[in-house]
Amino acid sequence: MIKLEQIHRDFQVGDQTVHALDDINLEITQGEYLSVMGPSGSGKSTLLNLIGMLDHATSGIYTLNGQNVTQMDEHQEAETRNRHIGFVFQAFHLIPRLTAAENIELPLVLAGMSPAERYQRVEQALKAMNLIERAHHKPDQLSGGQRQRVAIARATITEPAVLLADEPTGNLDQKSGQDVIDTLETLNKKGITLIVVTHDHHLGDRSHRSLKMVDGRIVSDRSHVQAET
Amino acid sequence: MLTRDFLSLTGRSLLTHKLRSFLTMLGISVGIAAVIILTSIGEGLHKFILSEFTQFGTTLVGINPGKTDTMGMSMGVFGTERPLSIEDAQAMKRLSFVKSVVGLIQGNAEVEGNNRTRRTTVYGTGTEFPDVFSMPVQRGQFLPSDNPFQPRALAVLGSKVKQELFGNDNPVGQRIRIGGDRYRVVGVMASKGQVLGFDLDDTVYIPLARGLEMFNREGLMEIDVLYHEGTREDTVVEGIKRLLTARHGREDFTITTQQQMMDVLGNILDIITFAVAAIGAISLLVGAIGIITIMTISVSERTAEIGLIRALGARHGQVMMLFLGEAVVLSALGGCVGLVFGIGLGQFLTLVIPALPVHTPWSYVVIAEISAALIGLVAGVLPARRAARLDPVEALRNE
Ligand SMILES: Nc1ncnc2c1ncn2[C@@H]1O[C@H](COP(=O)(O)OP(=O)(O)O)[C@@H](O)[C@H]1O
Ligand SMILES: [Mg+2]
Repeated sequence: MIKLEQIHRDFQVGDQTVHALDDINLEITQGEYLSVMGPSGSGKSTLLNLIGMLDHATSGIYTLNGQNVTQMDEHQEAETRNRHIGFVFQAFHLIPRLTAAENIELPLVLAGMSPAERYQRVEQALKAMNLIERAHHKPDQLSGGQRQRVAIARATITEPAVLLADEPTGNLDQKSGQDVIDTLETLNKKGITLIVVTHDHHLGDRSHRSLKMVDGRIVSDRSHVQAET
Repeated sequence: MLTRDFLSLTGRSLLTHKLRSFLTMLGISVGIAAVIILTSIGEGLHKFILSEFTQFGTTLVGINPGKTDTMGMSMGVFGTERPLSIEDAQAMKRLSFVKSVVGLIQGNAEVEGNNRTRRTTVYGTGTEFPDVFSMPVQRGQFLPSDNPFQPRALAVLGSKVKQELFGNDNPVGQRIRIGGDRYRVVGVMASKGQVLGFDLDDTVYIPLARGLEMFNREGLMEIDVLYHEGTREDTVVEGIKRLLTARHGREDFTITTQQQMMDVLGNILDIITFAVAAIGAISLLVGAIGIITIMTISVSERTAEIGLIRALGARHGQVMMLFLGEAVVLSALGGCVGLVFGIGLGQFLTLVIPALPVHTPWSYVVIAEISAALIGLVAGVLPARRAARLDPVEALRNE
């Protein structure tokens, strides 16, 4: 479903060109569980942003569900992000003045869904994330793990095909991190394509396929189907 | 996005910084209040002055010697013009639409009576003066209809002159001297008060022909015609013009209708109101700068949030709308508060200084509120555009 062909992403820093992504060729099928590892600055986030259509390739072709993303206009991009892609960030990025439930329903609000319909979906998501009692709490009243679960609920509320998580456990302690990983993996088992950027080798091993990036290139791409139970 | 969600998001973010939002709003409120109170006073003055003028009646036409062109320049300097004469006034009486005619000449002279002296305004005029200017006589009578060319030496006193010279005594029948000549008092005018700062009671009325002599003038300063109601104004103007042109051989006079005077005056007063509104608008400008400042700060503070909602599928336009919405809500609310303040202050002023005319037309209220909202819109555009144009990846990195 995701196909990257000869993708380059260059940044101009002063008179130097930084090749954040350097000839990336990658194909990801629906339902995969992919981890992306590599040293800091190797281009992991850039890759994720590009897949999530927050960023654009300098050159190359990106096809999502058979559609050439490179040719989409701003309106289509926004709609695709809203419907088909979910983001989870290391920094949670919850809006502090909105409650957990309101943060979760934000993508539906932006899409113009009616409150009645939203309510049902949000209730379900809260239940699935074990956040029912926290529905009306503001982010600063939640623990790190709870915040990230709110963020995951928000990312998946539109039932996207792809969930992109950039170091989702980076700001969490061991136990909360494990919680979040479990949550993400459960979603993957239900069919979502999961792409996780991580420094955690243990997590890298749990995924079905792991990429290693160095200096904007994919240096290894291993599948370990044996991890599937 | 649904409108109610849009409003709720906007409200939530404004309520997060209550003090800040309040102060920004206050900036606009002060501006709108200033505009409203200043224009209300301007408009009140407008109404007041016009009503001062219309109290003489609206079927009044004035004729002055000399042709004035539209620029207000007298052409008389260039040619010879015939003065307006008592005969001219007499002739006008025969026009069918004319109700009363009165000639006028004005000057200053010393009035002596009851062993007291007062320098005052002396009008030379005719028997129909009270009728034409709706100024009733309080006691005695006005100047009688003598032979206009050889009137008797009779005088009527304005109420103030009467008070100054005779106190509470009845002056009717008393002898006085005006400019050294002997006159007999036949009446006292009812008090009229001041019109535009001019004391109508500090006056003495004498027959026209005697006034001409006293002030050594060849012609009248003005002839005023009161016409029958229901006559068209241009019929009146045309009739007078034809008659006088025939008598003078050319058009060497100027006819001013009450309507023209009101129009000219109205224009001047509108300009004053506008100028005063412009002064108030300066404080609105300051309010607008406040909105720009706060919205700019808000956009930088919420950079990460902007990146986030873009990631969640918000379009450029939606981001722009959210920030514009905040600016407009701030200024529209500020406008409402300003209106309440402005109108309230106006009411308060009328209570405290009843002499100060204050009038707030509804149209001004509506225009002020629309301006407030527009100011928010304009002030919000730059910050909102900045927000919409942020690169989402860059924005998300900002935490
Ligand atoms: N906006 C940018 N401007 C300049 N250089 C950038 C920008 N974004 C990323 N880079 C560079 O691209 C490279 C990859 O960055 P990134 O994808 O964030 O790495 P990772 O997430 O693997 O740590 C780094 O060298 C980084 O400095
Ligand atoms: Mg990164």
